[in-house]
Amino acid sequence: MWRNLPLLPERASTFAPEVDALYGFLVGMSVFFIALIFILITVFAIKYRRRSEGEVPRPVRGSLALELTWIVIPLGLVLTIFGWGAALYFKMYGRAPADALELYVVGKQWMWHIQHPTGQREINELHVPAGRPVKLTMATEDVIHSFYIPDFRVKKDVVPGRYTTLWFEATRPGRYRLFCAEYCGTKHSEMTGWVIVMDPVEYQNWLSSGSGVRTESLAQAGERLFQQLACHTCHREDGQGRGPSLRGLFGRPVQLADGRTVVADEAYLRESILHPNAKIVAGFPSPSDMPTYQGQITEEQLLQLVAYLKSLGAGGEQR
Amino acid sequence: MSTPAIESPRVNYLNVSYGVRSWLLTTDHKRIALLYLLSVTLFFFLGGFFAVLIRLELMTPPGDLVQSETYNRLFTMHGVIMIFFFLIPAIPAVLGNFLVPLMIGARDLAFPRLNLLSWYIYTLGGLFTLAAAILGGVDTGWTFYTPYSSTYSNSNVMLTAVGIFITGFSSILTGLNFLVTIHKMRAPGMTWFRLPLFIWAHYATSLIMILGTPVVAIAILLVGLERLFHIGIFDPRLGGDPLLFQHLFWFYSHPAVYIMILPAMGVINELITCFARRRIFGYHFIAFSSIAIATLGFLVWGHHMFTSGQSVYAGMVFSALTMLVAIPSAVKVFNWTATLYKGSVSYQAPMLYALGFIGLFTIGGLTGIFLATLAVDVHVHDTYFVVAHFHYIMVGGTIMAYLGGLHYWWPKMTGKIYPEGWARFAALVIFVGFNLTFFPQFVLGYLGMPRRYHVYPEEFQVLNVMSSAGASILGVGYLIPMIYFIWSLRYGPRAPENPWGAKGLEWLVPSPPPPHNFDVTPVVTGEPYEYTPRSEEAHVG
Repeated sequence: MWRNLPLLPERASTFAPEVDALYGFLVGMSVFFIALIFILITVFAIKYRRRSEGEVPRPVRGSLALELTWIVIPLGLVLTIFGWGAALYFKMYGRAPADALELYVVGKQWMWHIQHPTGQREINELHVPAGRPVKLTMATEDVIHSFYIPDFRVKKDVVPGRYTTLWFEATRPGRYRLFCAEYCGTKHSEMTGWVIVMDPVEYQNWLSSGSGVRTESLAQAGERLFQQLACHTCHREDGQGRGPSLRGLFGRPVQLADGRTVVADEAYLRESILHPNAKIVAGFPSPSDMPTYQGQITEEQLLQLVAYLKSLGAGGEQR
Repeated sequence: MSTPAIESPRVNYLNVSYGVRSWLLTTDHKRIALLYLLSVTLFFFLGGFFAVLIRLELMTPPGDLVQSETYNRLFTMHGVIMIFFFLIPAIPAVLGNFLVPLMIGARDLAFPRLNLLSWYIYTLGGLFTLAAAILGGVDTGWTFYTPYSSTYSNSNVMLTAVGIFITGFSSILTGLNFLVTIHKMRAPGMTWFRLPLFIWAHYATSLIMILGTPVVAIAILLVGLERLFHIGIFDPRLGGDPLLFQHLFWFYSHPAVYIMILPAMGVINELITCFARRRIFGYHFIAFSSIAIATLGFLVWGHHMFTSGQSVYAGMVFSALTMLVAIPSAVKVFNWTATLYKGSVSYQAPMLYALGFIGLFTIGGLTGIFLATLAVDVHVHDTYFVVAHFHYIMVGGTIMAYLGGLHYWWPKMTGKIYPEGWARFAALVIFVGFNLTFFPQFVLGYLGMPRRYHVYPEEFQVLNVMSSAGASILGVGYLIPMIYFIWSLRYGPRAPENPWGAKGLEWLVPSPPPPHNFDVTPVVTGEPYEYTPRSEEAHVG
């Protein structure tokens, strides 16, 4: 029976052993304090039990030294735990390593859509290579979802109206459960799937011959969309169009009409497509001539457009 | 009402007048406390009924007892009813209402009619929520996260929200009433540091009630505006921000956790001192730890949002501040333990609840540190670990203290003694059943089982069955006191003025107390919990 009743999930990412170590420390500390309180109460309750009805104890009035002891020691402990937890949190939620594989996730009631840069698409399955950082850029079509892989100890909410990101590095090939952790409506508990970690060679095979083969990459799909929506008629590459040229835009600072400078990241591109008036580039008319694409395109198409614009990125090389 | 007048010639608050009208129009804080007792008990068993169905469904991995639509409504109604209609009012509105004037030597609360109004408001809010339940329920979770609640859910969101909105005002009125009463109506000689710690705890609670409740009312109002008039506040497609709701909601709802636990801590002070016959250890530290918890409670709401995409720096600040809450909580636990030292400890039922409270609250508090730890929270957030943690605080903490307090003051409230053997047995059953129900959920959570899951993977079944088995024991444990309390009203022996040999002004008046509490206003000359004449005290440290 106990073989079927583990106390810890599998450790299948680089974060897992680190989170478990901190968890182990917390469990140890809790056991210590619970034992301390339990033993003290038991001993006092037995030793000082009422022996006669009229008994009047000679009580102790209080002790500043004791009070300070049980303020200072727990304070030191919790601050240590805070520091430990914060450092690890910064690593988990900080910038993904530069060589991370970038994948795109869209949550919608009640499934996960995954897009690979090479064009593969999956539903409720995510294939990743072991030993390489993977960065997920996530969006939702409807309500808040939360992308959760217990065996990796990672979780991040997917929030309407913005991109959230999550990164991890899987360490062991295998199949790991994927859950939606934020309640999202009727079939919340069925918004689950599998993360399939493969060793790098197998992963390459999967990319080239697996079920998910596509003829066009994500950026190419975005480019097609760019033509279809006639974005190119205004955003001309020669800079002579009614809108700014988008070549080499990604990752660069942009001077705005109101004097601010912002970096053209995914969030900026997303906002500018959905709400063209939110941030007007210096030198272009305000309000913008561009129509809003809010409600016109899906989050997945939006991610394709963003992937296309990224491919025109700072380096300018097209994938 | 069956006791004939000849047997009990003394006029008390129960026999001073009869008839439904005399209860529905009463302004006596003691009668209003009993009205609340009846109402919160009804809601407790209704909320408990939903819990029974949840635990039955979770015996097996597939959804085979009810549909997902129904399951989602069950856990939502369970949460809404237990939190807003049982846990928040339970101790303040029942025990607090009954005891605050008695403990400080006053004849009633400062605003007796406002007190009655607060019960009517509570009842009105309850009726709205009951109507929502009967008309099909609500499926948003008790947290009402947007944009699901404001745009997507097609259940009775507004009806439930209006119920909660209305009930909030009863909290505000009760809090206001307590604050004014504690400030203005203390008997001569009842200085701040002679107040029983029960009063300090209720003072801190009242502060949270009047400062926090308006914010959740605002949040609910805004959800209503968005739902009914499509004004963009939370839904990004209308130009809103879904995280704004979480900030507003938790700005109230985290302090609300302290509304539930602070009065419980207040009760424990009274029980421990009485059954150890000891002055409380570290009176000032316990008193100010209540205020510290109430104050810090307003600064930690963001710890519900570590994975929400809020800034990592905000997360860091909220984590650090949350860690600080551990200190006043630990101060209380250590002081209660130290109070037993060299005491004269007896184990009547109220004391068993108090000791049970200390154990369960310690576990609940320590697991709170796990959740405050950023990197660990990323993994266990929105899993059964959280469910287990807050049930240890709210059920293991608040309900244990509520039951302990109810047993302790039952003779005072009703003039009757309940059967002690059954009471001890029930306390034990509840303690064991509680741990069997909720401890496995810590393990489930760390293994990764998300909360609010109707259907779950097979590997989680063993622990879920353990939890459901425990819940059946816990359920029986809650029914036993209900039965013998009712039994004692008719058949229980007459209670003396002070059955426990306790200190405190409420034990100086007859049981049940006369309509205006004190025939002569008492004059207080000593500190609370003076179980030993001061001359005989030892001093260490």
